Amino acid sequence: MEFLSYLISGISLGSVYAIIALGYTMVYGIAKMLNFAHGDVIMVGGYISFCAMNYLGLPSIVAVLLAMAVCTVLGVVIEGLAYKPLRSAPSLAVLITAIGVSYFLQNAAQLIWSAAPKVYSPVVAGSLSLLNGQLTIPYVSLLTVVVCLVIMAGLTLFTSQSKLGKAMRACSEDKNAAQLMGINVNATISTTFAIGSALAAIAGVLLCSFNGTLMPTTGSMPGIKAFTAAVFGGIGSIPGAFLGGLLLGIIESMAKAYISTNLANTIGFAVLIVVLLVRPAGLLGKYVPEKV
Amino acid sequence: MLKVNGINVYYGSIHAIKDVSFEVHQGEIVTLIGANGAGKSTTLQTISGLLHSRTGSIEFLGQNLMGVPAFKIVSRGLAQVPEGRRIFLQMTVEENLEMGAYTQPNTTIAPGLERVYEQFPRLKERRRQIAGTLSGGEQQMLAMGRALMSGPKLLMLDEPSMGLAPILVEQIFEIIRKLHQAGTTILLVEQNAQAALSIADRGYVLETGKIVTTGTGAELLASPAIKKAYLGG
Repeated sequence: MEFLSYLISGISLGSVYAIIALGYTMVYGIAKMLNFAHGDVIMVGGYISFCAMNYLGLPSIVAVLLAMAVCTVLGVVIEGLAYKPLRSAPSLAVLITAIGVSYFLQNAAQLIWSAAPKVYSPVVAGSLSLLNGQLTIPYVSLLTVVVCLVIMAGLTLFTSQSKLGKAMRACSEDKNAAQLMGINVNATISTTFAIGSALAAIAGVLLCSFNGTLMPTTGSMPGIKAFTAAVFGGIGSIPGAFLGGLLLGIIESMAKAYISTNLANTIGFAVLIVVLLVRPAGLLGKYVPEKV
Repeated sequence: MLKVNGINVYYGSIHAIKDVSFEVHQGEIVTLIGANGAGKSTTLQTISGLLHSRTGSIEFLGQNLMGVPAFKIVSRGLAQVPEGRRIFLQMTVEENLEMGAYTQPNTTIAPGLERVYEQFPRLKERRRQIAGTLSGGEQQMLAMGRALMSGPKLLMLDEPSMGLAPILVEQIFEIIRKLHQAGTTILLVEQNAQAALSIADRGYVLETGKIVTTGTGAELLASPAIKKAYLGG
């Protein structure tokens, strides 16, 4: 029974990682950059929803929508101000800028909301009791898994069926060729950031609900882990990000339960290293046969 | 139809295109020939807005194209088949063609596909296949079909024969001739001067970024200097 409850906790945490990883992977896939500030957008989403619920007394669903709207704008602004001018710069310059944006957001949050952790009450209270109370599953865990599945299915459909989604894939492969097709590459990249940041807001709400606390550094470790999950699953791949996030969550939860709380992160990253040694492109990374 | 007047393009400090001017009239096949590095592709990329000229003007159907961003060029009626084909390798054949019609209303996609499949039956057979698995010749056909999806008035082809076996080169040139007969004006950039000049109405010879000679296709084919430099004696 204990095992089952750890597994469920792992799946739920993994679903949060998966949602964050989907944002990472989309931005990487299309803009070919690692947006290390992605984790901090999550934190901002957490604070916005926190303020909306606790200070403005808004219902949770409105708080989530508000957080999504603010993060979408934030994501597009970050992209426009910090990354767009570096479109043709070496990727290292972009990477360093992203790290700078990450610290900027953390420090700004510290100024606005102070460094002290806030108690974040889950957006959905209560839990499901099963097997005569031997197994309890918080509703928010169930919600997290459902939301994650819906997002993944939605993104898969969007990129495979919609005109804009296909244009994103075209940009991801060849920006110049995409422009020759009449695709506005800059606008497409902005849209990608908008979608990724809206997902980050959802992830922020779910993550804070899961942890029960919120502080300016809340997003940074999950951000790195979700990035790991995205690489683990095969960066650029939507099902890969989902699988990677889920596995990382389960490994972490199991390691905490049966090995050591302190070693949980070490074990997660160790598994990543082994996977990458065997499959350098990640679990679902694409090897496309190309004839020239 | 297309008037390029005194363009100068630089890669950093390298002066790649020097005062290039030429014209393409409605209904013509015009070719730019020249050796590797002469500036042929650079010229095409400047017309399609991927590169920018510091001077001069580019006029298409009476509209100025200078400073128009690359993604707005295709909707003006000017499509480019880029060098090295540059198809979207991880997308299916049909998705590639749909991208070609990106700026067109959705209702034009089905008839556009129909037209392209008629022109290139091989693509129809492979419509659901990932483009990266096509052979070189098929990829070139896909790149051409993709450009045709926008219904261009002027089609610019950059080295369509590159890397293809002689039999395929013949096929590709046959298709170009057919497209031309069907009413598409063509600007063709080629290293294969023989093939290009034999279908072209007029040609321009580029050497280290400058136009050195111009004439009708037949004139250039017969010119001893051109023969010596580009046609293997």
